[in-house]
Amino acid sequence: MTSRAAIVDRALALYEDLDFGSVRAWCAEEGRKAAGYLPVYAPREIIHAVGMLPVGIHGGRDRLEIIRGDAFFQSYICHLPRSVIELLQSGRLDMLSAMLFPSTCDVIRNLSGMWQVLRPNLYTRYCDVPQVLEAGTGGRFWRQELETLLHGLAEVAGVTPDVEALRRSNAVYNEVRQVIRALYAARRDTPWRLPTEELYLVLRAGEVLPPEAFLQMARDYLAATAADDARPRDRVRVIVAGAFCEQPPLGLIKTIERAGCYIVDDDFLLGNRLLTADVPLDGDPLSALADTFLRHAMPSSILYEHAPDGKKRLMAQRVADARADGIIFAAPSFCDPALLDRPMLRAGAEAADIPCIAFQYSENTGQFQQFREQAGTFSDSIKLWGGQA
Amino acid sequence: MNGFVGIDLGSTTTKAVVLAEDGSILGKGITNSRSNYDLAAEVARTEAFVTARFGLLRREVERVAGAPVLDRLMRAFRVQQNLVQMRRLQALVDEEVDRGVMPGLQSPTRATLEAIFQRVEAEEEAWFAEEDPPRRSDFFRDVVGSAYTRAAEALVPDTGLSFDLFLGLWDKCIIRVENEPIGLGFADHIHTAIARLGSPPAVIEGVQRALAVELVAATTVGTGYGRARLPFPKEQIRSEILCHGLGAHAMFPNTRTVLDIGGQDTKAIQVDAAGIVTSFQMNDRCAAGCGRYLGYIADEMNIGLHELGPIAMKSTRSVKINSTCTVFAGAELRERLSLGERREDILAGLHRAVILRAMSLLARSGGIEDEFTFTGGVANNPAAVAALTRLVEENYGHRTLNISPSSIYTGALGAAMFAAGITHAGSGRAEGATS
Amino acid sequence: MTPHENVPPAPDRAPKDRSMQLQKDMIAEHFRRLEQAPETHEPVVYTFVPGNLTELVRSFGALPLLPEINALQSGMRGMSRKYIAEAEKAGHSEDVCTYVKCDIGMIKSGNIGPTGTRLPKPDLLLLSYTGCYTFMKWFELLREEYDCPAVFLHVPYQSDGRLAPEHRQYIVDQIRDKVIPALEQVTGRPYDEEKLRELLGHSRDAEDDLVAVFESAKRRPSPIDAYFGAVYYVGPIFSAFRGTPEGVAYYRALRAEVEARIAAGAGPITPSGQLDDQKYRLVVEGPPNWTSFHEFWQMFSDEGAVCVASTYTKVGGTYDFGFRHDPSDPLGTLADYCGGCYTNLSLPQRIDMLADYVREYAADGFLINSVKSCNSFSAGQLLILREVEKRTGIPGAFVESDLVDPRYFSAANIKNRLESYIQMLAARRIGSSAGGAA
Repeated sequence: MTSRAAIVDRALALYEDLDFGSVRAWCAEEGRKAAGYLPVYAPREIIHAVGMLPVGIHGGRDRLEIIRGDAFFQSYICHLPRSVIELLQSGRLDMLSAMLFPSTCDVIRNLSGMWQVLRPNLYTRYCDVPQVLEAGTGGRFWRQELETLLHGLAEVAGVTPDVEALRRSNAVYNEVRQVIRALYAARRDTPWRLPTEELYLVLRAGEVLPPEAFLQMARDYLAATAADDARPRDRVRVIVAGAFCEQPPLGLIKTIERAGCYIVDDDFLLGNRLLTADVPLDGDPLSALADTFLRHAMPSSILYEHAPDGKKRLMAQRVADARADGIIFAAPSFCDPALLDRPMLRAGAEAADIPCIAFQYSENTGQFQQFREQAGTFSDSIKLWGGQA
Repeated sequence: MNGFVGIDLGSTTTKAVVLAEDGSILGKGITNSRSNYDLAAEVARTEAFVTARFGLLRREVERVAGAPVLDRLMRAFRVQQNLVQMRRLQALVDEEVDRGVMPGLQSPTRATLEAIFQRVEAEEEAWFAEEDPPRRSDFFRDVVGSAYTRAAEALVPDTGLSFDLFLGLWDKCIIRVENEPIGLGFADHIHTAIARLGSPPAVIEGVQRALAVELVAATTVGTGYGRARLPFPKEQIRSEILCHGLGAHAMFPNTRTVLDIGGQDTKAIQVDAAGIVTSFQMNDRCAAGCGRYLGYIADEMNIGLHELGPIAMKSTRSVKINSTCTVFAGAELRERLSLGERREDILAGLHRAVILRAMSLLARSGGIEDEFTFTGGVANNPAAVAALTRLVEENYGHRTLNISPSSIYTGALGAAMFAAGITHAGSGRAEGATS
Repeated sequence: MTPHENVPPAPDRAPKDRSMQLQKDMIAEHFRRLEQAPETHEPVVYTFVPGNLTELVRSFGALPLLPEINALQSGMRGMSRKYIAEAEKAGHSEDVCTYVKCDIGMIKSGNIGPTGTRLPKPDLLLLSYTGCYTFMKWFELLREEYDCPAVFLHVPYQSDGRLAPEHRQYIVDQIRDKVIPALEQVTGRPYDEEKLRELLGHSRDAEDDLVAVFESAKRRPSPIDAYFGAVYYVGPIFSAFRGTPEGVAYYRALRAEVEARIAAGAGPITPSGQLDDQKYRLVVEGPPNWTSFHEFWQMFSDEGAVCVASTYTKVGGTYDFGFRHDPSDPLGTLADYCGGCYTNLSLPQRIDMLADYVREYAADGFLINSVKSCNSFSAGQLLILREVEKRTGIPGAFVESDLVDPRYFSAANIKNRLESYIQMLAARRIGSSAGGAA
């Protein structure tokens, strides 16, 4: 078993590598191909089932200098597509043989068309997740979408679509989600043993490593943290909500924690655990994967909320589940899904007397002073007055 | 003879260029833009005609009296211009003392002002008398303003009066002087200027011959951000994009791409072999990354705008700056400084960030073709030029980069060319000096 | 998304076509009925312009009400600044769509509609989610304001450049299994397919006339302005009047009016007067700005520029590429309609469409008005600009504004760009006629 420090170092190295060296090495060693996907939810099982490596493309963090990307986007569009285009145009994504664009928002949707123009020979697929939950309509639609994707990727990979392979992939990603759920539960119960700045890096590694390798890393990390003898400190327990697409810089996560908060639930890299239940391994694997999405996709800003009071109840429920003291709404600037949801989510939380603060960031935010002050004041006020300052 | 005038009404300065029929530059003038656009245009135009007259005079006077005499005459002329404005300023200040100073303090204030203005005048005379005086600003506001401040700093402390009172009087009255039409033309002051030189007959004769040449503004074309305010018919107004393209083409005939970074906006322009604009992009409505951003930074660091570049050039390790947002500039700067980053490294990063924005605009407009001409106030900043040179090399390979010391006149030159109906290279080629 | 009234206050600047008055009367009557709906018990269905199911709604005897139209009219009436401020005070971000904030602010300010009448509460929120993610959030937000049922229609995006057969079937299934039952429940009436066929026939007739109007811009001079003028023309068909006899009558009158202008060799009426001397023919991409609509239009007409085609006037349907509502396949035709709205087209399709317009309408140039509010339109427009330039060999112009937030309309900035662009076109024209200049 690898030591905890070694795991985190390895995860950090993967996180910092904007050239995706590990992906390139995998492709070279295995003689196989890789498929990228953008946030939030992409069916990685399908990519895996055709023998390709699923690679999460989460922008350029705060280290990528944007030279070509800004030429494509106006100032009022979020930062993520700039850095993704920068990665593309600088050749850093040239190891990808396919690219998936989930229906997260109109910016990512249109980015799929930009890809078609900029890389006409690359396999590009828009993943329009179903917004209706009936099996006869939404279910049939989504299964068909998954099948189209499977055939498309199989052609790219040069393989024949194989039901058994897909079943195995469903099983592997069930395990991946299980370990992620276990990590989240452990952090919720003993956040002093699992600082989010570490957990986040481990989960980021899961975006570029083959799932089997990630499983090993995540289990080792979980075991190492269980043996941690750190003691709880006087900190408040917060949920960080809204950061599901463009990822915050690591510095922001550190800033929140160092300002006196334990992050006990969050939306970071939400797609890796959007399905809250295991995909059944019997029957038709495509139907099983589609059906699990319909029945067990976590409520989030990318899916229509069918229950009239769903938005109102959501944050109170999450706070109760995570035994949190308050909520930090941290949304990327110009993020339609997060920012349009925020007034509804916040109203529901405040109606339940849950303390909230809100701020905006972008993936390349370079200064944290204002976040430090806000998060620090927030945690102090909760400690002193239970947030009723 | 006919003069064709181009006026570029920018957000910070107003420039005028006068061309002869053959396309050669007769004169150039510059003044700071003010609330009254008409007047700014008039002052710049007058200045351009003054230099045009001196241009005509040069041949005459140099022949009979030699070049040094002409320089001295020019200086005498400047002194006369400044003195007439200073006297007007003094009169306004005097009125202001009546209006705004408590009766008991009026008389000591007046006495101090008298002494201050005497010193200012003496400084002007000293500048004139000097054999080879250092270069100084062409603007009355700058020259007399700094002399006034120096004099006030020396004299006010002993009087028990408030220094701020004197600064306030200056602030109030300088704007009025700048916005009053005061005769500053060639004919207004050339005779008193000659008198300062002792009225040498050869010079008088040369001046008379130069004055005899009828110099008429045949056509005037206006451009620049404030062009809509110019009292010209529509056909005499040209967009600054077209004028910059044509002006840059005139200065450097092989120009294909032009970058102009001005105070309020940044422009990336592509021109064809004839200087006709084929494509352009301007910064979006957000002014991030324009010259003004560097202005905020200079204010924030409490140093002069012109000092930024040289300080940044000392950097050995540029700091990565992510935001060129003017709103956050101050906060980002303070945070970096508090983290212990060195000032020159932060400044180098800021310059790079400004140029990165420009690179995006250039990419939007169609890239950077050879040759590449850089104009606008920021083109005088060595750190910006260094960052641009490096980024162009990295992203487009080698490009010939042209920067003219007179690049500030690019738009006005283009406008004057439109006025003269000249749409080919050649005009102002003397302005072009490849860096 | 289209103005019906609130033609500018100054009568000399107002376009004064007869069809305008007709439209104004239709709208006034519609809002009168909406105001009285609580008494007359006519059911009210809130829905959106792109992919609206007006014929279906009407076949149940319900009245459609479109929040985007209310928002844009608030913009034209100078109310949007206040409404947006109201919504931002209530916690909405400055970064998001101002249509949404304007609508929310209007509701919070008493819900008085564009003709000064009070708007009724919805009996049903019919969310036809076509090509704009924000619509989904908009109705989630509206649902917080009203205690009424909502029904969702998911229209898949045409990312492969076509509406796939299975996507068409998905839409049909949803209309049949979800939308129709919801309408039946709210209105208390059974689905009447014959009625729906009849209304779809009206739609088809009106669409024929509308396309004739659009295509008239291929002439010189163009008898219409296909952007600023045409947002009036698409008003009835994009909103409550598709599939109605009033709609058919309006488009017949409009077409006759345009044909009369063609016969007279006359151009459209613009804020600068009747524009007969058309120096530049432009294609426009992107929605207009509504808060300074006439000022913006006048910047074009003062330069002698006429818009000959626009994409914005296709957000409620892309009829000029051949689609017509087909009474013989009522649900299938509604699915085709929803899938084909401009907002639902992929970026390569949008590039094709613009390049085709430039060629077919013999345009001198094209302009993109990029609005801050609308990522569906705006994200990727700079690539569209580059590609259309590449395909047509004609440089494009790029200006930025917003739908209804007056803080994002800088007249000086836009005028500067537009003038520069027009002058560039003029210089290029001289340059090319002189064979490459001196």
